[in-house]
Order: sequence, then C-alpha cells, then structure tokens
Amino acid sequence: MDAMPKWADVVLIPLISLILAATLSALVILAIGESPVEALNLMVKGALGSTYGWGYTLYYATNFIFTGLAVSIAFHARMFNIGGEGQAMVGGLGVALICLYIPWPHWSLALLGGTIAAALFGAAWAAIPAFLQAKRGSHIVITTIMFNFIAAAMLNYLLIGALKPKGSMEPATGKFPEATHLPSFQDMFSFGETALFRGAPANVSFFVAILACIAVWALIWKTKLGYEIRAFGHSDTAAKYAGISPTKIIMISMMISGGLAGMMAINNVQGEAERLVLNAVEGAGFIGIAVALMGRSHPFGVFLAALLFGFLYQGGAELALWTKIPREMIVVIQALVILFTGALDDMVRVPLERVFLALRRRKGGAA
Amino acid sequence: MDLSTILQVLDSTVRLATPLLLACLAGLFSERAGIFDIGLEGKMLAAAFLSAAVAYTSGSAWVGLGAGIFASLLLSGIHGLASITFRGNQLISGVAINFLAAGLTVVVAQSWFGQGGRTPQLAGSARFEPITLPFADALREVPVLGPIYYELISGHTALVYIALLFVPLTWWVLYRTRFGLRLRAVGENPAAVDTAGISVVWLRYMAVLICGVLCGIAGAYLATALQASFVKDMSAGRGYIALAALIFAKWRPWYALYACLLFGFLQAFALRPDVIQTVFGFKVNAQLLDVLPYILTVIILAGFVGKAVPPRAGGQPYVKER
Repeated sequence: MDAMPKWADVVLIPLISLILAATLSALVILAIGESPVEALNLMVKGALGSTYGWGYTLYYATNFIFTGLAVSIAFHARMFNIGGEGQAMVGGLGVALICLYIPWPHWSLALLGGTIAAALFGAAWAAIPAFLQAKRGSHIVITTIMFNFIAAAMLNYLLIGALKPKGSMEPATGKFPEATHLPSFQDMFSFGETALFRGAPANVSFFVAILACIAVWALIWKTKLGYEIRAFGHSDTAAKYAGISPTKIIMISMMISGGLAGMMAINNVQGEAERLVLNAVEGAGFIGIAVALMGRSHPFGVFLAALLFGFLYQGGAELALWTKIPREMIVVIQALVILFTGALDDMVRVPLERVFLALRRRKGGAA
Repeated sequence: MDLSTILQVLDSTVRLATPLLLACLAGLFSERAGIFDIGLEGKMLAAAFLSAAVAYTSGSAWVGLGAGIFASLLLSGIHGLASITFRGNQLISGVAINFLAAGLTVVVAQSWFGQGGRTPQLAGSARFEPITLPFADALREVPVLGPIYYELISGHTALVYIALLFVPLTWWVLYRTRFGLRLRAVGENPAAVDTAGISVVWLRYMAVLICGVLCGIAGAYLATALQASFVKDMSAGRGYIALAALIFAKWRPWYALYACLLFGFLQAFALRPDVIQTVFGFKVNAQLLDVLPYILTVIILAGFVGKAVPPRAGGQPYVKER
C-alpha cells in the first residue's frame, strides 16, 4: 500500500511546492524593496483583469502547453528532453517555409499545413539525439542541449542569409501572405461594436493545444503504444523482457516530444509574429520543463500549469512596466518551481508521507 | 599572415579558454564523484555578478573574487542538497540553478545599481590587471621567442595562471592522493566506498563544493578580468561548452586543458573574420565556428571518434542499503 493517498500525491505535493516557490519569490521581491502583495495585485489585474490581459495569458499558455506536453511525453519514457527550445525553433522554420512558399487558399488549410510542417521539423530535430541515445548510448540530455545551440546557430545563419528578403536589414523572414493569417481571439469573439481581446495575440492555435492535450492523454493511457512508453519508463529491462523494443520507444517518444515542441510554432510564428524572427521561442522550450514537472506529466496538469505560467508571464510583463521589478523575476519564479517540484521533491514528500503514516497508525490504533 | 597576428589569436585563445578550463575542471570534480552538473553555467553567472558587484563596491578585485566564489558555493550547496541529501534528479536541479542565476543576477543587479541589470564599469584595482612576467620587457626584442614570451606567456591576469595551475593540481589530487582515489571510486561504485567505511555523502559534498569554488573563479574571471563589468547572461553558454569539453576530454584533467584550448581557439578564431579569410581564402561562417564545439561533442558522444564513457554511477543518487 502506498504511504499516501493518491490525491495527496497529485494535488497536495505540487501545491506545497508551489507555495514554497511563491514564498521565496515574495521574499526576493521584499528584499529588493517592493511589496509582494502589491506585485501580486498588479499581476492579477494585468493578466486576468481584462480580455486583453487574458488574450496574452492564453497566448503564452498555448506555447507552454505544447512545450509542457513535449517534456511530459519524454518523461513518461524516462527521458529528459531539454531540447524543446531547439525543436520549437526548428518547428518555426518549418512553419515559415510552408507559409512563405506554398500559396494557401484558406487559413484552415494553412493551419493544417503549418501544424504538420512544425511537427515534422520538430520531430526531425529530436530524432537525431534520439537515434544517438538509442543506438550509440549518447546521453540524451547532453545531445539535446547541444542541439539547442546548433539550432540557434542554424536559424541565425538562415535568417541573415537565405531566408532574409532582399534589401531588408533585419534578421527575419518576410511577412507571411495574408491567407496564412490565423484568426485571433479578437477576430473570433468580437461581436458588433464590442471588441474583445483587442490587440492580444491569442489565436486559434489555443484550441489546437487543447486538442493536443486530449490526444496526448489518449495516447498515453488508452493505446498500446502509450502503455509501452510507460512500461519502458518504469523499467526498461522489464519492458525489454516483455518484447518492447527500446530503440522503437526511444525514437517514437522523442519524436512525438519534438513534434509537440515544434508545434508551438503555429502559435508564436504563424499566429503571432506572422514571420520568423531571431529568438522567436524566447525560452518557452525551457518553461516546458517547469510546466511538465508542475503538472506531474499529466496533460490536464500540464494544461493547468501552462495557464499558471501564462499568467506569470503576462503578469510579469505588467510588473516590469509599472514597478521596478524586472521581467527576469519570472525566470526566478520558474527556477524555484523547477527546483521544488523537480529536484527537491523528496524534501516535501518524505515529511508528508510521515504525516500520513502517523495519521493512519492513529486511526488503526483507535479501531 | 605574420607572427604578431598568430600571437594575437593565440593570446585571445588563452584568455577565452581560461573560463572554460576552470568550469571544465569544476565539472570534472563533480562528475567524477557521480554528481552530474549542468548548472556550471548558472554558477559562473552568479559568481560573475557578485564578484563584479562586490569588486565595484569594495574597490578590490580579490574581495570580488571571494564574493564570486561565495555566490557559486551557495548554488553548489543547493545542488548538493537536492542531489545528495534529498536524492532528487541532478539534471533537473542543474536546470533550476541555471535559471535561478539567470533571473536573480538581473533582478538583484537592477535593484542594486539601477543600470538595467548590469554593474557599473570596473576600473583600477577593482579589476584583475595583466601581470608582466619577469624579463618580459627585456626579452621582447629577441626574435621569435621574445614576442612569444612577451605576448603569449606573459601579460595575462593572475586568474589565467591560477587556472593553468589547477590542471596539474587536479591531476595530482585525483590520481595521487587518497582523497582523489576515493572521489573517483564514489563516482564509479559508491556502494564499495560505503562498504569501506567512508562516507559517500561527505565525499560527494566535497566534490560539489570544489566544483563551486572553481566555477566561482571562472565567473569572477569573466566579469573582473576578461571584461570589466557584469552584463546580463554574460556567461553566454560557456558552462555548456565546458560540459562539452569535459566529455571531449573524457573526464580527464590534462585532456580537459587541451579540449578547452581547442574550444577557446575556435572562439578566438570566430572573433577574427579577417584572419579566417586570409587563412582559408574564403569567408568561413562565424556561426559555424561558434557551434563547432557542440557539433564536435555530439560526434564524440556518438562514439565515432573514440568512446566517451562517463563515470558509472553518475547521475544516480546513492541509497544506503537498509
């Protein structure tokens, strides 16, 4: 029997970790001479107080859902895909190529094409480290880190060279054609005079992200492949003994992971920028790690954690605007979340297990 | 291409290889003891910030160095706590440390100096000055050897020489002392070390703390010797290149020196497009030179050029049998 009921494992531990991270963040804010309460107020107002704020929060959340799912899938196969950043960059390249060079008749087809291209490019970028892990035993963490740098350099090279329109000085592709424009929340949810989400970048890819959550859930818990991935993650030797090919699982799970990270590009490249710029990913690939840890690698958890980080991102931007707290405060919070939910898990878990065991013993004694 | 150009490139090779070397040796101690550390980058960054900030405030580069080491040690302590005491995932802890440093340095720098997340320019004794070795001036006129001695060997900051001294020192500690033997053993087979009655936890903490000291020096070098202030994200991936060099060197100190010099050379080369053009006769893409360390590491990792075998117990928390 487990030491703890399931709800404590799924809800209580992440919650305590989050409270610890929040407390430390509040102390940092206090230490630099600002008020944490006021900061929180500003963040809530800025991120959730208007449809404009929500539009940004959901836009960021969309990015983080994709990268969070990417890290989660890899976690299920006990792989640490730290290369979401690079895979999302290369996914952006796929989206850019397909939007620039194929004349799409309608945005819905462009979205489909963009999604497929982004997923394929991202998957291809993850496939090389996966292959090296499966066949040559190179550590996936190191190779995916290296591939982040290689992707950045490759994009840099393409954006100041082949992909830059003639006469332009900026390292970016030209603007995508009008037909590839994805409907933003403003296009979708404004009726007559009342314009909701005015100017916010949230767009239809948010719904693609939700579909991706459902698809990942079904894949992991409702299919044979998902079962094999989980079995491999729990014990690779047992999985091998049961006839599951490690090479197949490593390759497939990492390529799905890379594909999901790449799919982020339909949101930030096709949906928001409508062209490919340098550093388009802005660290969202790394936030995926925090999101996956916080969400306990479950698609619903990832969804909630992505919303939380979307809120932090938008709220943090507001803070930087109105107070002396720089935007990097978000990076601190992100680090603390990763630290407490990922690395210091036992610090919360062990005492909590003791509490539950003591409670159970007392109950047993009384009966 | 003349001697002075070659010397200039080699001179900047040494200067750029120094932080890589310090970080690489830092990683070597930690990983040899079985603690993976992808937080080298963050520790360097934190040290760079605090060393620059304290050097500016106190006016002494050496006090700054101490502060830098202190900052790096703090993060090492967190890494040790997470990966040794609480047996957490060492890779995740490293990632967290990198972000913690990337965020906190800017937040604190902004509130301390109010210059957009950087420290003021360091001048005078707040910065490590180049040291002219004995007779360098006198021997300068000697053909070939004179300039080599004057330009390449002499005229670096103290930290460069300290970094170079750490190579034989690391070799000696790891291969010629009892502590080193135990340290290597704990990275290969902690259970055996435990059976011999030596504390695995103590050894691993020592390794992590040594790693912290070295990363601290590396960071202080960046902000108070190589450059003259802290700027946001100034470690610029050096921690990861050091990690790459460590794999390239197959976790051995002398090879670490060669790997870091090679990667430093690539960086120095990338800074001189004019030299590249004269050497190759055509323009070599600077991005290519920048990513060459990473590509080389992937090739090495793939086992196409010799096999890089990491310490066997690396990355696994040690659980004493009950």
